[in-house]
Amino acid sequence: MAGAFWCVVEDDRKGSPKKVMAEVIGEAARLSGGEVEAVWVTDKASDEGLKQLGEWGAKKVWLLENAALVPYRAEVWAPAIADLAQAQSPKAIFGPVTSRQRELIARLAARLGVGLAADCTALAMDGDTLVATRPVYAGKLLSKVTWAKAPWLATLRPNVFRPAETQAGRSAAVERPGVTFAGAKMKLVERREEAATGLPELTEAEIVLSGGRGMKGPENYVILEELAGILPNAAVGASRAAVDAGWRPHRFQIGQTGRTISPKLYLGFGVSGAIQHLAGMRTSKVIVAVNKDPEAPIFKIADYGIVADLFEVVPALKEEFKKLLEK
Amino acid sequence: MKILVLAKQVPDTATQVKISSNPRAIETAGVTWIVSPYDEFALEEALRIKEKRQGTEVVAVSLGPDRVKETIRSCLAMGADRAIHLNDPAWADADTLTTARALAAVIKQEAPDLVLTGRQAIDDDMGAVTAQVAEILGWPCASWIMEEAIADDGKTVRAGRQVEGGLEIFDLPLPAVLSAQKGLNEPRYPTLKGIMGAKKKEIRDVKAGDLGLAAEPPQLSLLTLEALPPRPPGRVIPGEVKEAVRELVKALREEAKVV
Repeated sequence: MAGAFWCVVEDDRKGSPKKVMAEVIGEAARLSGGEVEAVWVTDKASDEGLKQLGEWGAKKVWLLENAALVPYRAEVWAPAIADLAQAQSPKAIFGPVTSRQRELIARLAARLGVGLAADCTALAMDGDTLVATRPVYAGKLLSKVTWAKAPWLATLRPNVFRPAETQAGRSAAVERPGVTFAGAKMKLVERREEAATGLPELTEAEIVLSGGRGMKGPENYVILEELAGILPNAAVGASRAAVDAGWRPHRFQIGQTGRTISPKLYLGFGVSGAIQHLAGMRTSKVIVAVNKDPEAPIFKIADYGIVADLFEVVPALKEEFKKLLEK
Repeated sequence: MKILVLAKQVPDTATQVKISSNPRAIETAGVTWIVSPYDEFALEEALRIKEKRQGTEVVAVSLGPDRVKETIRSCLAMGADRAIHLNDPAWADADTLTTARALAAVIKQEAPDLVLTGRQAIDDDMGAVTAQVAEILGWPCASWIMEEAIADDGKTVRAGRQVEGGLEIFDLPLPAVLSAQKGLNEPRYPTLKGIMGAKKKEIRDVKAGDLGLAAEPPQLSLLTLEALPPRPPGRVIPGEVKEAVRELVKALREEAKVV
């Protein structure tokens, strides 16, 4: 429908939308008064996945389903979505901040000749226009931006926007538009999977435990992993100091030159709270700091702090959380 | 082989950033400027390619006002052969698309084999210019690369891009655009010889008109910059560790309601 808010689906590459789509669809529905449609580019969409998008509130799913669309390459996806957008005139196109959508939505904006606001933490209608709020300068300031014309393109930071609720009975009409796919110049050679940690992705986790220089060495992260293992949807990250020391691979780094996270609960263990770390976690809802040094800057932004040795605190926390969660 | 490195000047992470009397700008007095760290990874990678492949030229390109010359000289001191400075008041309010169009126009003029840049600049953190340059040029692009190797025949590059849960290795025909993620390399420091030599290297100034670009209003415009809303004051839980932890967990459940 012309004027609808589109949400580009991030999926698990197995035919199901990721949970973060509930947040994107939820926000699009609030802003548009429910005029939300999903755009799903995939080789195979599952019936459950299509049902889920409808139950979250998508009225329609534009399904671009073709084996040639996998693996993801922006040079193929962007023209396909752009052609559809030109034919359908959506008011906005949103996606979650993920490695592929940060690139895809940017490329789409260039193709459509419109503005892009990346990594937004708030969106609001101001009369007939959309205003986005996004952190800038290492999260030290917020910028408010707006678009010269529609469609308004934006990527939304995960864990910030209130997710749509699953409502049984709502369903999306599935439309398969005829789209021509551009030939790909890039060829996938291989996909190297990381050793599975058994824990969720850092950016998607609701609880993040972060270990800094106070962890003293790579061998000690296992205590954080064990603690994360008993908490629901919890992941383990690290500060730049710990990554630069070679204790953790770079993919676990939280901060300006690492991942930006916004979990419900952040717990920093032996993290001093350098500006560059704060840049990656300051939009966390609740911040807990555990550090031996009462002067550590992280205490300035922490909601709760304990000044103590993390090697005493972590086992005690594990015991208390166990008691709490077994109830 | 010719490599263009797109580098942006940004305030140092540790620098204090304040909003100026114009709510759409930061106070620039007292700001320490640096080359955006991801762009340094890009330049370092270009220099490593040059060391491996004879006859490679590395050209640094930066867009911004006069102060950007300092950033350009840092790139030249690190080892770039020459530089291009896109310096025109017409770009003062440039959004990512205007920036990408200007950069793409220079890239067309220079016709390099490879464009390298950082995954995002650490001032506005938009992370869009690389992909938009590639789109405008119609070139393939790999973002957030952790490794790259150019084929011996110089016709393709194999690049590993970081994605959730792993690394995707792609072959891209050249010319192509790559954006650097941390972990790609460890950038070198300029040597004294490099710093002295940088003064003699060419910096070409370019205006919008030189690229045949008409002034255009930005598609995304900045309304205001705002200070962060203050976080409610936190509290340090005193006492013996076991007691403190018990109280913390209780607070997380009952006050904060996050577990």
